[in-house]
Amino acid sequence: MRLTGAQMIIKALEEEAVETVFGYPGGTVIPLYDALYDSKIRHVLMRHEQAVGHAADGYARVRGKPGVCFVTSGPGATNIVTPLASAYMDSIPVVVIAGQVATKVMGTDAFQEADIFGCSMSMVKHSFLVKSASEIPKAVRGAFYIATTGRPGPVLIVLPVDVQNEEGEFVYPPKLEFPGYHPERNEDLTMWGDVVEAINKAERPLLLLGGGVIHSRASAAFSSFIDEFRMPVATTLMGKGAYPEGNFLSLGMAGMHGRPAANRAILEADLVIGVGTRFSDRTTGRATRFAPNAKIIHIDVDPAEINKNIRASHFLIGDAGKIISSLHREIKARDRSTWLKDIEKFKQEELCDDDSSYITPRVLLMSLRKMVEPQQIVSTEVGQNQMWAALHWQVKFPGTFLSSGGLGTMGYGLPAAIGAAFALLDRPVLCISGDGSFLMNVQELETCVRYNLPVKLIVINNSSLGMVRQWQELFWNERYSATNEAPSRSLVEIARGFGVKGYRIERSHEISSTLQMALSQEGPTLVECIVPTKEKVFPMVPPGGGMDEMILEA
Amino acid sequence: MKYVIGVLSEDKPGVLSRIAALIARRGYNVESLSVGHSHIEGISRFTMVVEGDERVVDQIVKQLDKLIEIVEVRNLSQAPYVERWIMLIKVSAPLEIRPHVLQTAEAFRGKAVDVGGDALVFEVTGDKGKVEAFLSAMRPFGILEVASSGAVAMQRVGFEGKVSGRCEEYELKLA
Repeated sequence: MRLTGAQMIIKALEEEAVETVFGYPGGTVIPLYDALYDSKIRHVLMRHEQAVGHAADGYARVRGKPGVCFVTSGPGATNIVTPLASAYMDSIPVVVIAGQVATKVMGTDAFQEADIFGCSMSMVKHSFLVKSASEIPKAVRGAFYIATTGRPGPVLIVLPVDVQNEEGEFVYPPKLEFPGYHPERNEDLTMWGDVVEAINKAERPLLLLGGGVIHSRASAAFSSFIDEFRMPVATTLMGKGAYPEGNFLSLGMAGMHGRPAANRAILEADLVIGVGTRFSDRTTGRATRFAPNAKIIHIDVDPAEINKNIRASHFLIGDAGKIISSLHREIKARDRSTWLKDIEKFKQEELCDDDSSYITPRVLLMSLRKMVEPQQIVSTEVGQNQMWAALHWQVKFPGTFLSSGGLGTMGYGLPAAIGAAFALLDRPVLCISGDGSFLMNVQELETCVRYNLPVKLIVINNSSLGMVRQWQELFWNERYSATNEAPSRSLVEIARGFGVKGYRIERSHEISSTLQMALSQEGPTLVECIVPTKEKVFPMVPPGGGMDEMILEA
Repeated sequence: MKYVIGVLSEDKPGVLSRIAALIARRGYNVESLSVGHSHIEGISRFTMVVEGDERVVDQIVKQLDKLIEIVEVRNLSQAPYVERWIMLIKVSAPLEIRPHVLQTAEAFRGKAVDVGGDALVFEVTGDKGKVEAFLSAMRPFGILEVASSGAVAMQRVGFEGKVSGRCEEYELKLA
């Protein structure tokens, strides 16, 4: 079949069963958009390329398929670098197709030329610079294959405009061979015997589950392992939902702003089994003081994660679900009631009473949690709102908590919620936000209105850039440089300007009724909830400190 | 400690940048990097000398191996290997001292590859120690210019060990 390069891209995306593309047109992708005009693939026009990328990320997490983006060259392409870096850090399969100036003018600083191939190199799993139409089928096939296999990640295809116009023969390759990419061969189970022995011997074992467990769709296998062997579970931010929070064995998120019970269990455990986690600095605190009494078993799909941040006593490399199912058959049950009593004690001791004289984010989030179904999908922004959500929003199902974990990208939450809304079709998506992050991609309210998306924004407004302010208060002598900057308009007013119904909560007794009202409306709504500026996220392990130095209150 | 790493990669535009970007981003300390053809068509061979402890080298090897176009990465220092550097050195050699210069070069089997009125160009090949010793021996005469290849290396015969076989497999597929 003879097609233009642009038609080949669309045809290839159809072959990959792509249903939705997020994008923003521009000069060097006009041929691509022209070919899209004849396709059944739905195009979602966002209002900024950064939002294009995060929407595709949110879509991928919920839909379980790669999110696809179209952006133009130059500024369109550089605007998508942040989403690429975010998706790379969180191992999310995203395929970005970026236009580029014509091959014959590449390198001459042509209008809207930026070296996106070069500048994104360390933030993508792989990238293709396509120099002729005949390379397109292989590049698209390869991009989807690489993005979704092994440890998932973003892949970039750079497509010069003349290549989009060039005609060629379209043959879609059934199977691709990359001489240097064989993720299935990374499996390494040489320490199997040691791992089984260590688990059988452990008196105080703890599972630490990361995003990898969710990516490998292994939650069911883990739940049956955990419930049978009665081992407590902590998670990373990315791992929230890998095991249902609220269950007795769930301790919630561990780390810098982890739940006290989770951090205490890590300090007391004699074996930590980390699965699908990078042991990031936000999870471990000072690495040398992480789990001081424990042997560490590390199970991951990526060999390069072993011994990168934390030295593992034993490791296994492979798919989390496959490994845990096999371990399940070999591990012996044993009585660990003393350890479980300790766990129960840790959990009891973290219960706290809320001061009801003002609205705490904890009360707000817990009230909201009760109003929605267990499968409710929620995205978060970044900062205090994100950590409050991590602490107080119980995630019951894998893949229902969308947050920019590794890169910590403010402005992620709203477009990710839009992506999730397109993946879900008609079911509402919540976005927990703060006044700082909300304003970073506020233009996407227009997208919500244009598509009448059931995105419900809960903005915790503390009139400041709260997380940095918190550090300034605790560690920088209360010198609030550039953080005590309240938005100059009420967020409700801003929302209304976009055509989004807005509500405001200023007192505790308004929480229930106002949230109920906002949730019951059709289409996008925003609830602005006023909390005191001084409200902080606790517990907190001071930056650079060990987990044992956790601060519970100021 | 210094380690020598051998890398076989697809010969595609951008591979060198990808390797360089990875090294720069992760802050690895690279003493030399050289690239050329391998025995397989379409596959290049990089030789890299890196400084660091075992953990750093382990990371470099694994991170390089994650690059899609890289077919094989080997830490050659784990077993006996042959390493060679090639260096061209332009030395000041006026006629009155020229015999001394040539005599000194002879001791290192340095070969004169260009002869001018005031200077000579020598070619010297060997491991890093020898090449550096040659440089020191020439210094008193006045070194005008140096060009060095960096290390090229491979495992000694019989010490190839358990090879991933990926490259051989690729070669068979090509044939």
